[in-house]
Amino acid sequence: MSTAVERFDDKARAAFDRIGHNEVYEGELLRHRVYTRLLHWMVALFFFLALFSGFGIYLPWLFRWFTPIFGGGPLSRALHPWFGLGFVFFFGLQMLNWLKQMSWTGADTRWMRRLGHIVSGKEKLEPEDTGFFNAGQKAQFWEIVVGCVVYLITGIILWVGANTFGRITVAISYVLHDISAIIMLGGIFIHIYLSTIGEPGTFQAMTRGAVSEAWAWTFHPAWYKEVTGRDPRTAHEEARRRR
Amino acid sequence: MSNRQTLQIKQISAHSGPAPGLDVQRDLEVCKLVDTTTCIGCKACEVACVEWNDMPFAETTFDNTYQTMPETRWNFWNLIKFNEHQREDGTIQWLMRKDQCMHCADPGCLRACPADGAIVQYSNGIVDFQQENCIGCEFCVSGCPFNIPKFNKATKKVYKCTLCSDRVGQGLEPACIKACPTGCLKFGTKDDMKMIAESRATQLREHFGYEKAGVYDPQSIGGTHVIYVLHDATQPELYGGLPKDPQIPWSYTVWKWLFKPVLGALSMFGLLGVMLHYVTVGPRRPQPEPPAKEPRAGREV
Repeated sequence: MSTAVERFDDKARAAFDRIGHNEVYEGELLRHRVYTRLLHWMVALFFFLALFSGFGIYLPWLFRWFTPIFGGGPLSRALHPWFGLGFVFFFGLQMLNWLKQMSWTGADTRWMRRLGHIVSGKEKLEPEDTGFFNAGQKAQFWEIVVGCVVYLITGIILWVGANTFGRITVAISYVLHDISAIIMLGGIFIHIYLSTIGEPGTFQAMTRGAVSEAWAWTFHPAWYKEVTGRDPRTAHEEARRRR
Repeated sequence: MSNRQTLQIKQISAHSGPAPGLDVQRDLEVCKLVDTTTCIGCKACEVACVEWNDMPFAETTFDNTYQTMPETRWNFWNLIKFNEHQREDGTIQWLMRKDQCMHCADPGCLRACPADGAIVQYSNGIVDFQQENCIGCEFCVSGCPFNIPKFNKATKKVYKCTLCSDRVGQGLEPACIKACPTGCLKFGTKDDMKMIAESRATQLREHFGYEKAGVYDPQSIGGTHVIYVLHDATQPELYGGLPKDPQIPWSYTVWKWLFKPVLGALSMFGLLGVMLHYVTVGPRRPQPEPPAKEPRAGREV
């Protein structure tokens, strides 16, 4: 990881902390700073603009009611590439911002092996070595990184057209672009579910930036230990006894 | 047409044998026949096309040939392609082919098009663009094996030859046919044109020494509603790049009509999946959870 990226991120984080503010109360931890949250919501905005304008074109017999939102079919088609560029741009910044936290570790491989247990709700507490992001989040993150590369390459080919890139290139790009979109659409359901009703207490991390300590020792124990210096399991036991 | 069908006599009293004309159907499919062997390259069809379709002036390109421009344009749908072909014995053969939309039986443009109603195929075989529904994505360009749809940057719509569907609908022949002075252009039913083309090809083979003469009606796309008689049907590429085996990209067949709706529905199952997870497994809450209140048995609280 280059230091130039780190310097850029540090500068951006400091600059945005001066513009916005983080709202952290007692018994809470700061999880996402202003810069991260801003990037997240810009990515989300452009993602949904691109998604809705794209799906009106992708499956008109099912999603034709999306196109009037953007002023009709021709305007949807004209705007979609720009929405996509916005998405890729802001996600690119987010990628630089999160590069360190998103690197895959041995703990993540172990987490993935226990995926069935975690999804079926058998484990109330995340494995103790789960850090700032768990393996599921990291998998989705890297899927979006790959997806963005696919979007960008195939999107530009589709945008410029068959006269420049040839018929077959366009026809293949069209399929890859669609597959990338379908995977991301499937992912967004899981993402929204887990960050709202699926794991209550998560959403505020992306609004005011803070999460409760209980949330931290439950879902990201290793991160909890890193920021508080306390053992997550002991903290949980103490809290349980206080009840 | 409907009158003709409903007033077709079905039974006749005291008549021996079936009613005359019963079960005889008129061939609905139209076809344009271009006999490249009698084309003189006068370009009357080019002018007729521009005139009838009331097209704005298209600037010509001079490249030391007789050809008006390198390829068709959004406002120039009918172009004679000239090619000076050197035969094996060193002699020159001047090949001319009228290039326009082929009105394929299986149109690649229509398959590629993602806009509802932007491209239609009439039962008479004419493939027509409906510009009011076109979103200007240019996917049709990648679907077409003949490089026919052309994009207008000003209107952001795609245009091409309509086979004069407006004239044909009124029982008239297309404008290019009407203008042709040599009779190398003919218009009629697909069966009739095919028959004339085949007999002309036979004539060329048997009496004019064009042993490879034949009819261009590519079956890889289910045939076309514009067919050619060629001196050398084994090398259609010589006639301004006519593809020998025109193909529609596989993705516009398999992907679009099968995987697209199936996977689109599957992604909706993702939504169903998280909903089911919520009602079965339920949410994961920060631990420890507040102690749950025991609901009293037999009563909704």
